[in-house]
Amino acid sequence: MTSLAICGGSVLIDGATEPTRADVLVVDGHVVAIGGSVEVPHGGEVLDASGCVVGPGLLDLHAHLREPGNEAAETIETGSRAAALGGYTAIVAMPNTTPAIDCAAVVEQVLRLGRSTGLCEVLVAGAITVGRAGEQLAPMAEMADLGVRLFTDDGSGVQNNRLMRRALEYASALGITLAQHCEDSALAEGGVMHEGEWSARLGLPGQPSEAEELMVARDIALSRRTGAPVHFLHMSTAGSVELIRRAKADGLRVTAEAAPHHFTLTDAALSGYDTVFKVHPPLRAASDIAAVKVGLADGTIDAIATDHAPHTPETKERSMLDAPPGMLGLQTALSLALTELELPIARIFSLLSSGPARIARADDRHGHVAVGRAANLCVVDPSATWIVDAARLASKSRNTPYAGRTLRGVVRHTVFNGAATVVDGIARR
Amino acid sequence: MLVAGLSAGVCMKHLLSIEELGADGLTHLLELTDRFVEVSERKVPRVPALQGKTVVSLFYEDSTRTRLSFETAAKRLSADVMTFSVSTSSANKGESIRDTVETIEAMGIDAIVVRHKAAGVPWQIAGWTQASVVNGGDGWHQHPTQALLDCYTIRARLGSLVGRSIAIVGDIKHSRVARSNVQAFIALGAEVTLVAPPTLLPPSLEGWPVKVEHSIDAVLGRVDVVYLLRMQLERTVEALVPSLREYTQIYGLTDERSARLHDDVLVMHPGPMNRGVEIGPSVPDRLNTVITQQVANGVAVRMAVLFELLTGNRS
Repeated sequence: MTSLAICGGSVLIDGATEPTRADVLVVDGHVVAIGGSVEVPHGGEVLDASGCVVGPGLLDLHAHLREPGNEAAETIETGSRAAALGGYTAIVAMPNTTPAIDCAAVVEQVLRLGRSTGLCEVLVAGAITVGRAGEQLAPMAEMADLGVRLFTDDGSGVQNNRLMRRALEYASALGITLAQHCEDSALAEGGVMHEGEWSARLGLPGQPSEAEELMVARDIALSRRTGAPVHFLHMSTAGSVELIRRAKADGLRVTAEAAPHHFTLTDAALSGYDTVFKVHPPLRAASDIAAVKVGLADGTIDAIATDHAPHTPETKERSMLDAPPGMLGLQTALSLALTELELPIARIFSLLSSGPARIARADDRHGHVAVGRAANLCVVDPSATWIVDAARLASKSRNTPYAGRTLRGVVRHTVFNGAATVVDGIARR
Repeated sequence: MLVAGLSAGVCMKHLLSIEELGADGLTHLLELTDRFVEVSERKVPRVPALQGKTVVSLFYEDSTRTRLSFETAAKRLSADVMTFSVSTSSANKGESIRDTVETIEAMGIDAIVVRHKAAGVPWQIAGWTQASVVNGGDGWHQHPTQALLDCYTIRARLGSLVGRSIAIVGDIKHSRVARSNVQAFIALGAEVTLVAPPTLLPPSLEGWPVKVEHSIDAVLGRVDVVYLLRMQLERTVEALVPSLREYTQIYGLTDERSARLHDDVLVMHPGPMNRGVEIGPSVPDRLNTVITQQVANGVAVRMAVLFELLTGNRS
């Protein structure tokens, strides 16, 4: 029997709108007691949570772990460590690796590497099309048999309308969800930032908002037609948020996520030509940020997902046209939500934990703080502050756009399957 | 990044954009250019001002005239000149810009003149080197020495830009010349009208104090300067204009339109020209078409810029 107690904190119990003062006792991977004070079995570990909120472990729907293929930028192990330090107990590995995660063999490899690191649960998103080339359906049923529940060609959207319709029809029998990177390639072609006042001034080719919104509108129509669920990845424009709001009002099976950089940074950040701010979809205008924040507050957007996208310094030290898009996110997401969103902490945990856990169909084991549930927990001090130091992040890469920023919310401990992966802000392995 | 003011005691480290240079900086460099126009007119057009200094031209994008103009300017100031030609260099083999810059810097250099297809590269390089950086054209963004030589040319002909009306005609969207000149002309007191189809305008003109017209005939009767931009055939492939023929009909300064222009109106072009497209075949030979003066003034302007950057810090 292994036991662990989290003492002195306020616990955000399932269904509660506010945390209540309590200790949590974990035995053999499950929460067995939540109460004013729990009796710690002999030899059990005690984690001090004074001043902290004990919430459900976070689940990231959108992490680029770069393995297999680009282990110089990140590995499943380093990405998992960054995740644990960020309060995550589960992450979904995106399939745009080399080779792409588009068949059972690669799914098995990633799942195996994830299990061997033991820092969090590594879930897999499979590709919708072979090689993410947008031409032929990938063997989704075969991957679903291995537990894959999300499928996406993320990095690009499925451009062909007929193929996307077929993919949704096929998926509707499998109990899976297709997730879309909404970017019409013809409209977005060559664009390296949001098209608008800043792109005009900076002389950089832009991606118009409509490049995203047209594909959101198309997939809403196709979801209506096929009855298959669609999850919208990294929503960045006011128009997209409104389309999803209306689709939900119509009772359609759509869900959406937003990335922290899309509610904290605007396209003005590109003005110094620092490629760390290059990301797809691009940083948008202040009015888009405001709309994303409203969507996060009113439930239009179900989840905050990082789009954690590590790139080595060498590849980011190219020109704005040539540098790859993407930024780190796993170790800053919770703090950014606490710093920038004026939302109750229960809503923040809903956006980072239970909401995404439902979309990933992993809510049997993630997104809960309740007796009898798996002990996947995040202990955060919501009022403590820290300064982001790119060199000290656990990721193999350094491309955080928040270097030097002071953020509120420090992850103190993370508990994964009943064992501490992070204690006092330090990863156990 | 750039210390804009050139008033006493303040020195420029880099020349990256007109915006960062500001009106005072512009005026200062134009006044300094007078001295180098005089040098250029000498029998032996050379002064020892930059003896012992090394200027590198780092051109990632083909350019003959700008590179030659900078190299001529540096030589007339007695600087050593190195040419880094990308097609024959390691950059062609995948070396990063940063590695290239650090390699060049290790040879001991004082200034880098850079041209790149991507906006912003001169700013990136300025962060990686101790040398002065001169923007020789970055993507669609800035070409500050072109704007300086254009302002110098207008001043030489019209005395001042204050109150003058200038039309910039053509592909504004993809033009670093337009972006630099809009800022420079306005800073020096001119009024600017952009003349282009909506497809060749920037996606937003928020913060640009300009007027817009959609035919060249709408401006010809009321402007002091017609500044024509090069119209490229690729723009028809990108569905920005239906054909060069239609472009010429609405936006070209044809020989017929030119014949109706008042003699005093200046016609300018940054080159290279497409005769018969944006400019009628005989327009370059017109009395107040000042395209060759632009080129000539380019050398003097670039002498002034290199002189200011490489000697200013010592005074």
